Amino acid sequence: MFTKIHSKLECAGGLIKANSLVLGLSLSLFAAGALAAETMPATSTMPWWGWALALFITCFFLGIVAVPSGVGGGVLFVPIVGGFFPFHLDFVRGAGLLVALASALAAGPSLLRGGLANLRLALPLAVLASASSIAGAMIGLAIPASIVQIALGLTILGIVTLMALAKKSEFPEVEKADRLSSALSMSGIYHDAASNQKINWQVHRTPLGLGLFVGIGFLAGLFGMGAGWANVPVLNLLMGAPLKVSAGTSSFILTLVDSSAAWIYLNKGAVLAIIAVPSVIGMMLGAMIGARLLHVLKASVVRKMVISLLLFAGVRALLKGLGIWV
Amino acid sequence: MSTVKKHDFISEEQQRYATWLSWGSRSGLAILALSFLAYVLGWLPARIPLEQMPDVWHLSAHEYLKQTGAPTGWGWLQLIGKGDFAGLLGIAWMSGCSLLCLLAVMPIYSRRKDWVFVVLCVIALLVQLLAASGILTAGH
Repeated sequence: MFTKIHSKLECAGGLIKANSLVLGLSLSLFAAGALAAETMPATSTMPWWGWALALFITCFFLGIVAVPSGVGGGVLFVPIVGGFFPFHLDFVRGAGLLVALASALAAGPSLLRGGLANLRLALPLAVLASASSIAGAMIGLAIPASIVQIALGLTILGIVTLMALAKKSEFPEVEKADRLSSALSMSGIYHDAASNQKINWQVHRTPLGLGLFVGIGFLAGLFGMGAGWANVPVLNLLMGAPLKVSAGTSSFILTLVDSSAAWIYLNKGAVLAIIAVPSVIGMMLGAMIGARLLHVLKASVVRKMVISLLLFAGVRALLKGLGIWV
Repeated sequence: MSTVKKHDFISEEQQRYATWLSWGSRSGLAILALSFLAYVLGWLPARIPLEQMPDVWHLSAHEYLKQTGAPTGWGWLQLIGKGDFAGLLGIAWMSGCSLLCLLAVMPIYSRRKDWVFVVLCVIALLVQLLAASGILTAGH
């Protein structure tokens, strides 16, 4: 009896500690961001290694919160680093794509082997999204940064609304697969570890889903963000794929979509190793910690924190683009 | 729904794709980390010294290229001995590893006469190659 109570208390203590840690991290990010924004001149007096270190630490923290909150690192990276670091938005978007790509590549193999990502579901959607991401990347590098910044701010605020309001369905009801998905055999089976059961799934509304993925790919290339925030609702709520399959397949789709856009940024000279590499390594190390904390963190708390963080970053991007808070 | 052993139902092409992706992403990350170490520790000389980076990283990509004379497209390969360009090798490898995965699964689809997916793989390859080619140009 005493042991049970003790272990419960220990568990609760761990939960409080972990949530306090994440809350502390978020407050630090807010404070650091606001301070950087206040003090950041066009050319900073801080040495290169100071910025590289700050970038690594920021990405490490972003990586920690990205996993439990269920958003991709790229979505957090672009508005926060673009808003509060002295780098031009072109280089931030180039690095953002690589952050999202590296995370997707690292997760891809195990998602495919576990059946949570499905090649037959992903490939038709990824082909269209890859092609449109090239167009997005080219347009993003061709239009003035202030316009991209305003559009980014508005998109981030849209994502915040989507995150706050969107519902999720773990096992959506798909009575009949549509003709296109049947012809392409866009269906499958996965093993649900929680229930230790085999789950059969199929999808519907495929033509509409394909159309939406054209738009999603375009936004991914334009803003240099992974597009998991949009992929998952389309796959899950519109097409009716189970939530876990939607999240896994979304991550896998990013390996193709973000690589197409990344090539455009690389070829246009919009990738600087000194910005991209600390970001990728910081985010991946943080994500490893985040995955471990997944069991002790309260997902709803982290999610609310990330929504607040994105709301702040979205407003910042919008005001920066409008020249109000430069 | 019934209880099953994990992984029994994963298709052959999906398993193969996963294997190639795993090798591609791991080697890409290793190249990225090593080349970056060589860059920041000065094992490879940098074309633009690290101390000067804060003077140029606030410029747009177009202005940066104009001021530094950095190459576009695949021009960086000629400067692979420089630390700041060596880092791009890992990035290019990570961006390109999906090409090998697509090539690896095409024979399986082809053997199964799943021509729709053979065509999809070919289109995906062409899209990736088009993006990687450097043919597409636009700028500020």
